Amino acid sequence: MYAQMVESGQAGTTDQDRAFQDKIDRNVRIEPRDWMPEGYRKTLLRQIGQHAHSEIVGQLPEGNWITRAPSLQRKAILLAKVQDEAGHGLYLYCAAETLGKSRDEMTRELLAGKAKYSSIFNYPTLTWADIGMVGWLVDGAAIMNQVPLQRCSYGPYSRAMIRICKEESFHQRQGFDIVRTLMEGTEDQKKMAQDAFNRWWWPAIMMFGPPDGDSVHSEQSMKWGIKLNSNDELRQKFVDQTVPQAEWLGLNVPDADLKWNEERQSYDFGTPDWDEFFAVIKGNGICNRERLDARNKAWDDGAWFRDGLMAHAEKNTHKIAAE
Amino acid sequence: MTPFATFCLRMGDNALILGQRTGEWCGHAPVLEEDIAFANMGLDLIGQTQQWFGMIAEELGQSPDKLAFFRGEREYLNTLLVEQPNTDFAHALMRQYLFDAWHLPMLEGLVTSSNQQIAELAAKAVKEVRYHIDRSRDLIIRLGDGSDESHRRMQDALDWLWPFTADLLARDDADAALVAEGVIPEGERIATRFAQETAETFAKATLTAPEGPRRTGGRTGNHSEHMGYLLAVMQSVPRAHPDARW
Ligand SMILES: [Fe+2]
Ligand SMILES: [Fe+2]
Ligand SMILES: [Fe+2]
Repeated sequence: MYAQMVESGQAGTTDQDRAFQDKIDRNVRIEPRDWMPEGYRKTLLRQIGQHAHSEIVGQLPEGNWITRAPSLQRKAILLAKVQDEAGHGLYLYCAAETLGKSRDEMTRELLAGKAKYSSIFNYPTLTWADIGMVGWLVDGAAIMNQVPLQRCSYGPYSRAMIRICKEESFHQRQGFDIVRTLMEGTEDQKKMAQDAFNRWWWPAIMMFGPPDGDSVHSEQSMKWGIKLNSNDELRQKFVDQTVPQAEWLGLNVPDADLKWNEERQSYDFGTPDWDEFFAVIKGNGICNRERLDARNKAWDDGAWFRDGLMAHAEKNTHKIAAE
Repeated sequence: MTPFATFCLRMGDNALILGQRTGEWCGHAPVLEEDIAFANMGLDLIGQTQQWFGMIAEELGQSPDKLAFFRGEREYLNTLLVEQPNTDFAHALMRQYLFDAWHLPMLEGLVTSSNQQIAELAAKAVKEVRYHIDRSRDLIIRLGDGSDESHRRMQDALDWLWPFTADLLARDDADAALVAEGVIPEGERIATRFAQETAETFAKATLTAPEGPRRTGGRTGNHSEHMGYLLAVMQSVPRAHPDARW
């Protein structure tokens, strides 16, 4: 999922707070003009912000392969996907704006390294097979989290999720199709796919955030209806869905502890390297610096473009005023 | 190669190489809306490439992907303009606009082509390209007549790219043969429309097209040095695995 370890605010104890909680318990959507506790607003902003930034930064690892996509059709599909992701960023920034924070302000926080985005986008896309893995596993994991969020308590966020989820499931199928084609291909292609799977499996598992036992502040978010499932619940669901797909494809899951548990009707699986996860979150992943540098460069190099448009708009206002 | 194949290859190569350059911006544009617009234009252009190549695949005995990924730079027939690098976003916008200013009248002429397949392709593509030029023209005007810096950058881009427009408007025997059969519009008509379009827009944008030497060659496979690198990147995966399907 794209929002990890979102720090949750505190609920208040006034009558207003109680009435608010009651609305949520009755599944009434909260809309921008409704009263809401400050903690609810701030938590949502952090969560939507992380999600939006993830869509934006997520353009980079995939954009890395647009110029090298190995067929015209794959190039077109990848362009369409990256375009969708940028569009998701746009809807989400709009949803955040309804909570009183501008896109510019959020962008500045991202560029300054103050706002988080999903750990997954700090891993490099090294071969074409990685583009398959990103679609199949990363969009797949994102969907696990985003489908329930279609029912989240905040109206604009839930509506953004409904639009986004439709496109994400396309992305996942297209990613799966890239991997399937590789697995039906030459020995080199199969090797490429297995290698990429080995590198993306654990980072994808870690996308759901730390184990529930160590997970901070999520209880309040669940009460407020902005987090609907626990990290471990979603992780289990993802493993249960993905392992049979990997087997069907002929890929080996790089987890020696993976085993079907007849009693639970679920897979048991190993423990990810949480030290790696926290290192990535703290900025020490393979691509953290590259990703932020790329976004900063785009923003700085584009300053003249934004200023030029503003200057033109100002000239026109003067012209109209003078007439 | 027949005049028909030469023409379709040139159209497809223009779309592919410009699409390739356009796609380089994904995630790196000055604002999110431009990331989206560039990905979208790239998508249109790659789609057009597939159609142009599809039309001649049989005659040339090569699939569209084979044409895209296994020809060398001397066999590519795109104009010099579209291969020019993304020096900055001003260059990218100006390259797009100059191309659109030629592409639109060309496609409008092709809508009434005596060749049914071309007419159908053009009818669809012309809608996409009208949208491209609406956007690119608007930005050229606003940024040309914007801040001092945006004006300077747009003028630089125009100074650099304008000479390559000669390659867009160039014509040879292959074109003449197709004009005679009513397959493609007369070059004169396109050149006039191009001149009108750009003159009006640059006047509004307070930009001046430079005088001086004009550059041609791309349409006959004589490219700038940028082309080899562009193809090296684009073709790297299929060429490393020539037997693979993707
Ligand atoms: Fe997305
Ligand atoms: Fe995504
Ligand atoms: Fe996606």
